[in-house]
Amino acid sequence: MNIQHHIGDSLLVSYASGGLSEAWSLLVATHAALCPTCRDRIADAEAIGGAFIDSLEPEALSPSAFADVLGQLGSGIEIEAAIAEKPVAMSDRLLPEPLCSYVLDAQDAVLPWRRLGLGAFHIPIPMQDGTASARLLRIPAGRPVPEHGHGGLELTLVLSGAFTDGEGRFGPGDVEEADESLVHTPHAVPGEDCICLAVTDAPLKFSSRIVRIMQPLLNI
Amino acid sequence: MFAQSRLQSIQSETVRDPAIFGNPVAHVRPITTGRNGGLTLNDNLVAVANTRDREAFAALFGHFAPRIKAFMLKRGCDSGTAEEIAQMTLVTVWRKAALFNPEKASAATWVFTIARNLHIDTIRKTKRPEPDPTDPFFVPTPDKPADTLIAEQQDAKKLKNAISTLPTEQQDVLRLSFYEEKSHGEIADQLGVPLGTVKSRMRLAFGRIRKVIGDNE
Repeated sequence: MNIQHHIGDSLLVSYASGGLSEAWSLLVATHAALCPTCRDRIADAEAIGGAFIDSLEPEALSPSAFADVLGQLGSGIEIEAAIAEKPVAMSDRLLPEPLCSYVLDAQDAVLPWRRLGLGAFHIPIPMQDGTASARLLRIPAGRPVPEHGHGGLELTLVLSGAFTDGEGRFGPGDVEEADESLVHTPHAVPGEDCICLAVTDAPLKFSSRIVRIMQPLLNI
Repeated sequence: MFAQSRLQSIQSETVRDPAIFGNPVAHVRPITTGRNGGLTLNDNLVAVANTRDREAFAALFGHFAPRIKAFMLKRGCDSGTAEEIAQMTLVTVWRKAALFNPEKASAATWVFTIARNLHIDTIRKTKRPEPDPTDPFFVPTPDKPADTLIAEQQDAKKLKNAISTLPTEQQDVLRLSFYEEKSHGEIADQLGVPLGTVKSRMRLAFGRIRKVIGDNE
């Protein structure tokens, strides 16, 4: 995997601090699964958290705190297995974890695509907190997503295929960070549908009136 | 004689890093002053993983539990909840000690990630998605030549030093992000600056810190 576009520092530090809500975290974590470079950066950002914890003034605990904790340890040796092995079905699924578990049931290898119009499909991904929405998008090979701007932040992580826009070419593992300042018309490159994870905290602002009229029906 | 040498080791510890023993919690202190007094937090954590060493665990508890409580108070928990998360964190430290890899992170960093995740799980009642190294799509880290390991204390000192020498406005965005778990939009509102300014301060701060950490590698 030849990743060219990484998670920006600001988002990455928020992921490390715990400040991102679930949908953004899902995208950052899925990118990190594909990108050792960003995992290193996340580890560096977490070290800042470690340094901050270390430099805090200790807060007095209740007198029984230590005894309470000892009581919960149990007497026997109960080291958890370093990494629990889990059965891996090498099916034809294309989604890395943690995204895969959000989209597919355990044994279900068929992605439940829903038609969006203009040849595109999507799968909305439910989140426990509703602060940002996440969906898988499938843009047909060689076709554009209608020109749009952004009411807030939109993150797009490419999973297969690729798209291009004024900002560059985005292939598998790449992330595009788009905000209010960007109006773009992403084109899926020919040859393969472009499948990506898109997270946004505000509806897209389509330039076309017809698309805008359809927008509530599409819930995008 | 033995008792005296233990005392000396505690005193030298105090001189070396007053933050560790500067504000002892009375009922915990007697336990932490055992033979583990001279060990680093990393050593103690490894001892818990390897031999279920309860004295080492007591040292970890004495250092981390009061700080995690302080940390959770900053994240907006009431005192009871903050203490509960501090206790849960230390129980998790005991249970998952085998997952700690001293070559990848310091004890403080590892404990921070546990406390952070417990806070998200129990208070925000939401998930924090993370990469899964057992997933066939997970792209492993390429083998690097063996890192020269720098002593934990020195490394941590460098990092703290790097943070404390950042310009105040950069320290502020880091503090709000890590202590108060604020989103960058919330930080921008609180400081009364544009979101872009928060992001660029974050980028500058992180870039500088990475450079310091990176110099060790």
